[in-house]
Amino acid sequence: MNEIVIVDYGAGNTRSVQATLARLGHASVVSADPTAIATAWYVVLPGVGSARSAMDHLSETGAAEAIAGRVRSGKPVLGICLGLQLALESSEEDGGVEGLGIVPGRVVRLSDERVPRLGWSIVEPWGEAYYFAHSYGAITDDAVATAEGVTAVVSRGSFLGVQFHPEKSGPAGLVFLDQCLSLV
Amino acid sequence: MVKGVNFVGLRDVGDPVELAVHYSAGGADELVLLDITATPDEAATMTSVVRAVADVLDIPFTVGGGVRSVVDASRIIESGADRVSLNSAAVTSPALIQAIADRFGSQAVVVAIDSGAGVVHTHGGRTPTTRLTVEWAREAADRGAGEILLTSIDHDGRRMGFDLELTAAVRAAVAVPVIASGGAGSAQHVADALAVTDAALVASIVHEDPAGLPGLRRAIESCGVHLRPWKE
Repeated sequence: MNEIVIVDYGAGNTRSVQATLARLGHASVVSADPTAIATAWYVVLPGVGSARSAMDHLSETGAAEAIAGRVRSGKPVLGICLGLQLALESSEEDGGVEGLGIVPGRVVRLSDERVPRLGWSIVEPWGEAYYFAHSYGAITDDAVATAEGVTAVVSRGSFLGVQFHPEKSGPAGLVFLDQCLSLV
Repeated sequence: MVKGVNFVGLRDVGDPVELAVHYSAGGADELVLLDITATPDEAATMTSVVRAVADVLDIPFTVGGGVRSVVDASRIIESGADRVSLNSAAVTSPALIQAIADRFGSQAVVVAIDSGAGVVHTHGGRTPTTRLTVEWAREAADRGAGEILLTSIDHDGRRMGFDLELTAAVRAAVAVPVIASGGAGSAQHVADALAVTDAALVASIVHEDPAGLPGLRRAIESCGVHLRPWKE
């Protein structure tokens, strides 16, 4: 059974991710259960909320260890927006938060003229526009694509993180998610 | 960011779900849904409309009207909206801005300001306050608003262009993106607004001619504005 688990951490916008996966013909469940996360075919760590409350929630439920364990054993995890940022070692947000440590590097406040960055931006070298909504960004050697100088995509083992929201990026986002799932 | 994100507002015009899909297909970059349930039984209706929109829409959308508490904001965001827009409630209880930002991040909080003669108006623009628009915008951003949706009551509905002076003044006072609203009558007006700010909201001209949105996009681009790559 190709079960997709969308990790629930109390503040994420799980509904839009679920609707987008459904459009691609994939059923999914929203759960914080460590066993469900460990055994799922595919896991999505979505992103809306603040780093500290998200990490507290993931630690309390045991989801944090289940996500890290999945990546250690080579099973796919897709982090979206805050879900990407949580995968790094630490974040400056909320006075400093320890992350999942899946990806070496840290998360810092953006130095753009306007923060948050809200809107569509072209991801290079892909040349496609996706929707971004964030105030913090990842600094890591594992960045594989950028958008106007900010880390847009991170890849480390079986973890893939995107700073943009594929579920809000129109047809381009749908194609991206479809490719992610077809590679599993 | 690609300069010139193009917003479309929905306010009391037909079925929000149907229109949302239509505008998304027509090339809107984001949608703003205001007062989608101006009925007395608010919460439940609101949630079901937001869910229905989220289930069919694949671009970002903001929901405003009737958000008076963190619980209201949670319901809307958990139903699939990207952001909530606060207007009168933020003026009455400014601490609400920070409370929602703490929970969902600043990018999830828009403060909508209806401005007339330089002062903030509440209750759908009907009630003038003594707060200066520029000062209130600055305070809202300091309290955690991630975006300001600035509507000029003086220009709204008149189609003679956005209030560029007011928009520029507000944008200079804050470090968050500012959406200009009120007064769009042509592509050139949108281009003029995008020369001074981050985004422009277009309502009446597309409500009258929903099929004209792709054409409007092209016309804005031919005014020299860089919009996101988009295929019809």
